[in-house]
Amino acid sequence: MGVALTRATQWSAAGHGTRTLEVTPLNEAILTEIVMFVESFIYKHPQEAKYVFVEPLEWKTDLDPSAFGSGYIVSETTVNSEDVDKSGQPLLFLSVPQIKIRSFGQLSRFLFMAKSTKLTEAQACIEANRNPVAKILGLDYKVIDEISEDSSVLSILDKITKDDDPASETKMKIAMLLKQLDLHLLNHTLKHISLEIRLNPGTFKNDIELLKRFSGKGKQTVLEFIDYTSDYEFSNGCRAPPWRQLRGEICYVLVKPHDAEILCVTCSKGGVFLNGGKTDDEEEVNYERTGEIYKDLVTLLREKSAIFSENMSKQGFLHVRSCHLCTEKVRVSEGQQKEKDQPDETPRKTEDATLHKASTASHRSALESSRINLGKKQMTKRLEPSLNWKTTVDAKGKRSSVRDTQGGKHEGRLEKPRPSILPGIAQFRKSVQKVEDIISDSTSESEEDEEPSERRKEANADLPSEYWQIQKLVKYLKRGNQTATVIALCSMKDFKLAQETCQLAIRNVGGLEVLINLLETDEVKCQIGSLQILKEISHNPQIRRNIVELGGLPVMVNILDSPFKCLKCLAAETIANVAKFRRARRAVRRHGGITKLVALLDHEQNSTEPTYSSLYETKDVEVARCGALALWSCSKSNGNKEAIRKTGGIHLLAQLLKTSHENMLIPVVGTLQECASEENCRAAIKAERIIENLVKNLNSENEQLQEHCAMAIYQCAEDEETRHLMRRHGGLKPLASLLNETDNKERLAAVTGAIWKCSISKENATKFRKYKAIETLVGLLTDQPEEVLVNVVGALGECCQEQENRVIIRKCGGIQPLVKLLVGTNQALLVNVTKAVGACAVEPESMMIIDSLDAVRLLWSLLKSPHPEVKASAAWALCPCIQNAKDAGEMVRSFIGGLELVVSLLKSDNKEVLASVCAAITNIAKDQENLAIITDYGVVPLLSKIANTTDDKLRQHLAEAISRCCMWGRNREAFGEHRAVGLLVRYLKSNDANVHRATAQALYQLSEDADNCITMHENGAVKLLLDMIGSSDHDLQEAAAGCISNIRRLALAIDKARYPYNSNRHYKLPSITQHRTCHSHAQEP
Amino acid sequence: MNRKKLQKLTDSLTKTSKHFNKFEVKCLISLFYNLVGDVTERQGVVIGLDRNAFRNILHVTFGMTDDMTMDRVFRGFDKDNDGCVSVTEWVCGLSVFLRGTLEEKMKYCFEVFDLNGDGFISKEEMFHMLKNSLLKQPSEEDPDEGVKDLVEITLKKMDRDHDGKLSVADYEQAVREETLLLEAFGPCLPDPKSQMEFEAQVFEEPHEFSEM
Repeated sequence: MGVALTRATQWSAAGHGTRTLEVTPLNEAILTEIVMFVESFIYKHPQEAKYVFVEPLEWKTDLDPSAFGSGYIVSETTVNSEDVDKSGQPLLFLSVPQIKIRSFGQLSRFLFMAKSTKLTEAQACIEANRNPVAKILGLDYKVIDEISEDSSVLSILDKITKDDDPASETKMKIAMLLKQLDLHLLNHTLKHISLEIRLNPGTFKNDIELLKRFSGKGKQTVLEFIDYTSDYEFSNGCRAPPWRQLRGEICYVLVKPHDAEILCVTCSKGGVFLNGGKTDDEEEVNYERTGEIYKDLVTLLREKSAIFSENMSKQGFLHVRSCHLCTEKVRVSEGQQKEKDQPDETPRKTEDATLHKASTASHRSALESSRINLGKKQMTKRLEPSLNWKTTVDAKGKRSSVRDTQGGKHEGRLEKPRPSILPGIAQFRKSVQKVEDIISDSTSESEEDEEPSERRKEANADLPSEYWQIQKLVKYLKRGNQTATVIALCSMKDFKLAQETCQLAIRNVGGLEVLINLLETDEVKCQIGSLQILKEISHNPQIRRNIVELGGLPVMVNILDSPFKCLKCLAAETIANVAKFRRARRAVRRHGGITKLVALLDHEQNSTEPTYSSLYETKDVEVARCGALALWSCSKSNGNKEAIRKTGGIHLLAQLLKTSHENMLIPVVGTLQECASEENCRAAIKAERIIENLVKNLNSENEQLQEHCAMAIYQCAEDEETRHLMRRHGGLKPLASLLNETDNKERLAAVTGAIWKCSISKENATKFRKYKAIETLVGLLTDQPEEVLVNVVGALGECCQEQENRVIIRKCGGIQPLVKLLVGTNQALLVNVTKAVGACAVEPESMMIIDSLDAVRLLWSLLKSPHPEVKASAAWALCPCIQNAKDAGEMVRSFIGGLELVVSLLKSDNKEVLASVCAAITNIAKDQENLAIITDYGVVPLLSKIANTTDDKLRQHLAEAISRCCMWGRNREAFGEHRAVGLLVRYLKSNDANVHRATAQALYQLSEDADNCITMHENGAVKLLLDMIGSSDHDLQEAAAGCISNIRRLALAIDKARYPYNSNRHYKLPSITQHRTCHSHAQEP
Repeated sequence: MNRKKLQKLTDSLTKTSKHFNKFEVKCLISLFYNLVGDVTERQGVVIGLDRNAFRNILHVTFGMTDDMTMDRVFRGFDKDNDGCVSVTEWVCGLSVFLRGTLEEKMKYCFEVFDLNGDGFISKEEMFHMLKNSLLKQPSEEDPDEGVKDLVEITLKKMDRDHDGKLSVADYEQAVREETLLLEAFGPCLPDPKSQMEFEAQVFEEPHEFSEM
């Protein structure tokens, strides 16, 4: 009865103090059953009816003393029963309105007398006596009552046999009767509950309200926000529009977890799922289902957001602790507990409790026992019915079919044992990890690094037979000596370890811990067997994580030192599998794994080591191969690349590269390819003469090997010397011929990448033309995946630097597909395409095609791209277009808002963008009308503003732009007013000859204005310009001389004006002779 | 023993044992005589290590603990079944024990495991050998259940002809597929670590023994 009362009945939320049973059909049914039981007790079990309760059941009755008949001593306000116990106390004692009853006999008679008010009395009784079983049988029996849920009668019988006391025998009988009643009640309630199982608006409302309370900014909250899409609630509690309600949909919720985008979720009667999201402009929701169906909102969010799940567990964990404490208290004294429940702490506990209820999976089954007590603790707020019942019934009523729902949850608990225990540390780790990841890791595999989603909870409804067999084997592993362990390991190897079911079964029965533990023993055979299994199951991303969490990596790293090569190999191979994510790779490095793995590569040294005759021997080459395999996995982290290089790994890899075993070459080249993304490593690769061997392997038959070689070349060919080496070793031809095999897209991407980087050198581009690679590349411009396209276009862009190649591209019809690619969205692709189009535009004939395809407009619109690189690249490409287009000025003006856009880009922070825009402005300003327009848009102040840069490239193009812009109106004066002149003079101190020339030309233009001349002179321009005159660059000479001449002329004029009669006195200006020489110089060329 | 005889013995044993060179054989012989102690050579009396002495060596040097296995190993060494390991048996035995090929070791191990020597390892023999391999748990109703199960697992894995017992062929085939099963029913070969120690001690510091 205890269980049924605490768990199945619905208590009201009447604050602290006495709580009342709610008037619900369910409660009524339960009460009727109880009343029937008690009433019939006196007939059915006359013997037990005489049993005297340990404590009386006491409550306030409405029954008048007058109702009592024979067998009772009735006074005006009191009634005593004639039945008394051994000490002469009456078994029923009424002192209006308080009644105390101490036997079932009296209870039966009382209810009989109560007649129509039976139910009310029974209710009052149960409300006042929250734990009737304890009162009837004493506290220890109450405990039994709870514990014995599973073994039920057995343990009670046990107790009977132990003490033969007849009194306790009666007691036991009563206990059993109560137990039966309990079961009966629960079965009874089950019928009621089964009607309510489906989700309803109330459930969702409660869940959402609850989550809302725990949402907000800050790390502790579970969500950032959660809200309905619609404020209007229909009378049935739904918020979905009526036509959607027909489909069982209840409401739509917008949820923003801390670590994910806003989710738009549909809550329907059938479950919860992601929908198409809210459409941008209207208030409408795209109702299409886009995700899996989950059984409730919390489960869905747990799947979608790791932080939510973590914080939920934390909340749950907190709660569980408090719950345990409460249990103790409840047992000691319930009344006391009620008083302690001060209002201020009440809400918090309730929230905890309800949250816990809402949180699914992990805690439910684990802490079922505490939940039972939770029911008692629930004094302030009634548990929301349907959810609570479901679990109650699962736990009790449907024992047999428990696996339907609870089994799934049980799974959940096994799968994530840790986070709930140490949520704080987990979170801390996570944050640390994030920071480090940003610092030290290559970006290559971000998707792979994400937490693998664990959505097997529901799928594992019934466990396969393998599960139980594996469980048994793990038991033997734990309990066996080495002989038994080896047998169990061998047997376990026979399972299909590649299957996820087996992998997870091993983990879920605690096999991983044992396997890792075995690695720490001295038993070679056990280590081998264990590693063989770990090697297989570590293909599973979840298992990898578990291995790392269990500290498996340091152990395996230690095994790399083992004298047994077989063990070394297995450990290295397992590390290769495990180190597929960042944390693992870092762990390998931290425990000195890289050094040891690099040592494995040194098979010459290995073979000099003394060998012991052993059955666990393998070839040295195999050891090196496994080492390379592990390094390949590890080399995806930047820190590891550096470590590999520092420990001399590149050298050893270079040695291994000379072998001809294909399965050795792939990991070796793979590692090299990863390492090549690091500057230092590239230098080492160059020094080790690796390129030669890479070229050799390009000719291999193995596609994977070719791919990795091409990738490595792609990475290395950033370096000019490497590009020349490629040519010298004849690597360009195989690359060009590989271009014709387009089936393997990954290899094609790698090959085109390598060609791209190689063709940066002009000689290589010429070579490629010889090998007809340009034509093939043009052919690849259509119907290829983006990775390939980026590289193809990149390669074409580089090849276009050569005039002949440009002609070939035009002739093969390469311009049209290139222009088509301008409308894409891939940033890297756009950068390359704009570059290629720009390069083609250098050719006037190509420019005509480009113009006819309206590509200039497309380029221009790319100036609006959010990516600075695309902007810059587009601006660069515009320069040759404007230069070579017919009626360029008219064309530019035809782009509405185009000029304003260009000028506004001068506000950018990106130097590359600024430089490219300056170059574009230079070209635009060649047209007087356009110059006038951009002047109106304020180009002068904007150019002047960026004049204080120190970047030489920007300086050059800026100076050119300024010199162009001087050609209009009073722009010269305006530059002076905006203090650009003084800054420009400083450019002359730069080391870049291009800057000098552009600056001198700009200064020459500016020096037409007298004020500017003075500024220049004040800033010491004359001295600097004089030096420039000595330059071999004629343009520079001329501009510098012209500028000086302007300054000089002004000086003379001033001289004359100030000292009209004495022309010998002048400012401290260069002597006339000097000036003359300058001038003659300037006129020479 | 005089020098000449020793020389002769060394030569002949070097020929018979495949895995030791002359120096190593010499070391082993001298070790043998050291272990046997000062027994004067008499006609008709075989000089050798008796069961106890041999078991002591197995225990101390190779860390074996199981009585039964040690007895069986002794039987494996004592080819002529005369109750003691002679110098020839010693060298030949160690040849397999330390350096044997997989074939030799399989043959040797099977002999060790085939308790009654009938050419089969029966379920009963397996049970006998495995009965102490699991930690007993008091709660269990049938403490032998685990062992029985283990026997079944082993049979399932190794009994290729499904006749409920392991023949030499069954055993060899299974071991060839899975080397770890070589010592399936208990360690009867030196573990690699103690083997390394033994070899290092015997072969690299021979003088220590000769002086003993």
